[in-house]
Amino acid sequence: MTMDRRQALKTLGQACAGTATAAATVGTSGTAEAASGGPYPDASPGAVGMLFDTTRCIGCKACVVACSEANDLVPDTVLANGLWQMPMDLNARTANIIKLYKEEDEDAVGGEYSYVKRQCMHCVDPACVASCPFKALTKDPENGIVMWEASQCIGCRYCEVACPFEVPKFEWEDFNPRIVKCQLCSHRLPEGLEPACCEVCPTDAVIFGAREDLLKDAKSRIAAKPEVYYEQKVYGEREGGGTQVLYLSHVPFTAIGLPDLPDESIAWYGTWVHGIIYKWLLIPMIVYGVMAAIIRKRWHHHEEEAREQAKKTGLPQQI
Amino acid sequence: MALASIRPELDPSGTVGAHLERCGVDRRDFLGFCAKLMVAAPAGLAIAEKLTPEAVAAEVAKAQRLPVVWLHFQDCTGCSETLLRTSKPDLADLLFHLISLDYHETLMAASGHDAEAALHTSMKKNAGKYIAVVEGSIPQKGSGQAGYMKIAGHPAHDILEDVAANAAAVVAIGSCATWGGIPSSPPNPTQAVGVNHFVKDKPVINLPGCPPNPYVLLGVVLQYARTGTLPQLDEKGRPKFAYDRVIHDHCPRRAHFDAGRFADDFGDEGHRQGWCLYKLGCKGPDTHAPCSTMHFNEVIGAWPIGIGAPCFGCTEEHLAFRVPMFDKIPIHDVTPPDTYPPVTSAKGEVDPIATGLVGVGVGAIAGAGFVAARRFTNREAELDIDPSESLTSKEKDGRGDQS
Repeated sequence: MTMDRRQALKTLGQACAGTATAAATVGTSGTAEAASGGPYPDASPGAVGMLFDTTRCIGCKACVVACSEANDLVPDTVLANGLWQMPMDLNARTANIIKLYKEEDEDAVGGEYSYVKRQCMHCVDPACVASCPFKALTKDPENGIVMWEASQCIGCRYCEVACPFEVPKFEWEDFNPRIVKCQLCSHRLPEGLEPACCEVCPTDAVIFGAREDLLKDAKSRIAAKPEVYYEQKVYGEREGGGTQVLYLSHVPFTAIGLPDLPDESIAWYGTWVHGIIYKWLLIPMIVYGVMAAIIRKRWHHHEEEAREQAKKTGLPQQI
Repeated sequence: MALASIRPELDPSGTVGAHLERCGVDRRDFLGFCAKLMVAAPAGLAIAEKLTPEAVAAEVAKAQRLPVVWLHFQDCTGCSETLLRTSKPDLADLLFHLISLDYHETLMAASGHDAEAALHTSMKKNAGKYIAVVEGSIPQKGSGQAGYMKIAGHPAHDILEDVAANAAAVVAIGSCATWGGIPSSPPNPTQAVGVNHFVKDKPVINLPGCPPNPYVLLGVVLQYARTGTLPQLDEKGRPKFAYDRVIHDHCPRRAHFDAGRFADDFGDEGHRQGWCLYKLGCKGPDTHAPCSTMHFNEVIGAWPIGIGAPCFGCTEEHLAFRVPMFDKIPIHDVTPPDTYPPVTSAKGEVDPIATGLVGVGVGAIAGAGFVAARRFTNREAELDIDPSESLTSKEKDGRGDQS
């Protein structure tokens, strides 16, 4: 889908009108539920996702290679002088990465460690979608995949800031930059293929499926070996309103870089805060009122000075 | 095996019938074999149309060993030398039982006019059936009397064109025959080129290498002798079974590359430990050859990287004799290393104390500025300087300067 100037202006107009309406709605109802799926959103029935299990990952990085091949991403060799594909984090050339957590104490022999695969979490209620002013980021209503559409993107990078998992990455070095993130290989799914990372994983550490099935699978794994899994919890079932990519871990989730999020939807929280700020447009009006009063006062002062000056010098007032 | 153990005299007729007779296989056994062959032979094979074992036997007995004509041009005979060091089959088995090597300047007993006669007889008798193996590059420069290379008064490219015209297929063995090799390296005084430059209408199988592994040649020739087919070739005319992967992918030192353990200099600790030779200029990541899986002279580890010398990319036209031996090359198909980024990426953190200090500093500067501005205004008020007056005084000063 491409967008011309007329359409862009139309979208902007609609967005402005929408903001005004939302403000009015917020004003009347006092909640932000109209703008988001509420604090505890439900995943769509057809939601697909992935399940990653740290106890199964052997750190072979086959998924890293497969991902860049499947998504036509040029391997990031900047830090390795062209020797290896060696990204240090998700970036504009890396939509999927394997990282390593090691226990802080370096003297510990056989200390705890874990590999972790990081990519887009495909949130049930994504903050990036909520923050995007132009609908460049959209969530598929059926399978729930969060997609980025080039022609709609204005490059504001709000999504980068909004994402609690630090996933969307901006292509700084490119003249026509993109936002790069995992799109769950949505170009492969219609061909009956799994996401590339799930296809190549030799230990099924990451598997693809319907979110419901994955959740069941995860819970049965916990039930089979409750002592292995940290807090007997599936990360992503409820965190930040729930994600479609789920994690099982034998180490604390924060250790493998998954933030400790409340159960409330991040997107809902953001809209809720905005709801308070813009309630009846009260706070903006107060702020603007105070500013106007200050300017008005200063203006009077300035006029008086100018008049005095004119009297003294005989020259006309210069304001 | 009984057949292979016998070393009969070289028979110019070279048919299977004559060969079996010499080896002591009696006619009864041979007919029995042919009867079985009739049952087993797939329809469409020439012998399937014969109705009696005798007829089949007559047909099979007429079959000949595959005639091979081996030409030498601007070469070092290294490719022939490598063929001498094979044992499965060894050279005697190859020459006496599997192929009929009709012309080879270094291996044939004949010389002078006899050698030329052998070449021309074979070309005439086996027209369209023999395999021409070419070793060495062909000089283009000076084709007349002052030609760079002549055999029996004929320039190299004439010989090649004559021999290739009647050949079933041409095998270019070695980098020289494939694309010019050492003789073609700049400034290329003889304007040496490969077989491909002259032979356009025949299948040309390129076996680059300096030398190539002899088993690649044996594989090609014996496949043709047995089945009459040629192996699948890649876009550069090299058999895929040997040249479809880079050395780097199967290198015994690959683990050291992935772990970032490199020899930095010949004889240093890393080199003694058998670490990766990439930094010493190894061309393995860009060289398509079976060296890392099939070593030379049937000695395990007998190949450049195996003895600690970096691969110099002998099979690749853009590398060997073009890129300096110890220069590093870029890697095209990069893979992840054996290391991992930490979970939390390294980011600068701002210390609250530092923030406070910077705040105090900025505040102090702003305050000083404010105070200075106030003082200046106050002084102006004290002196009661009028902007217009100060302007006039300045103008006066200006005039004073001018006068």
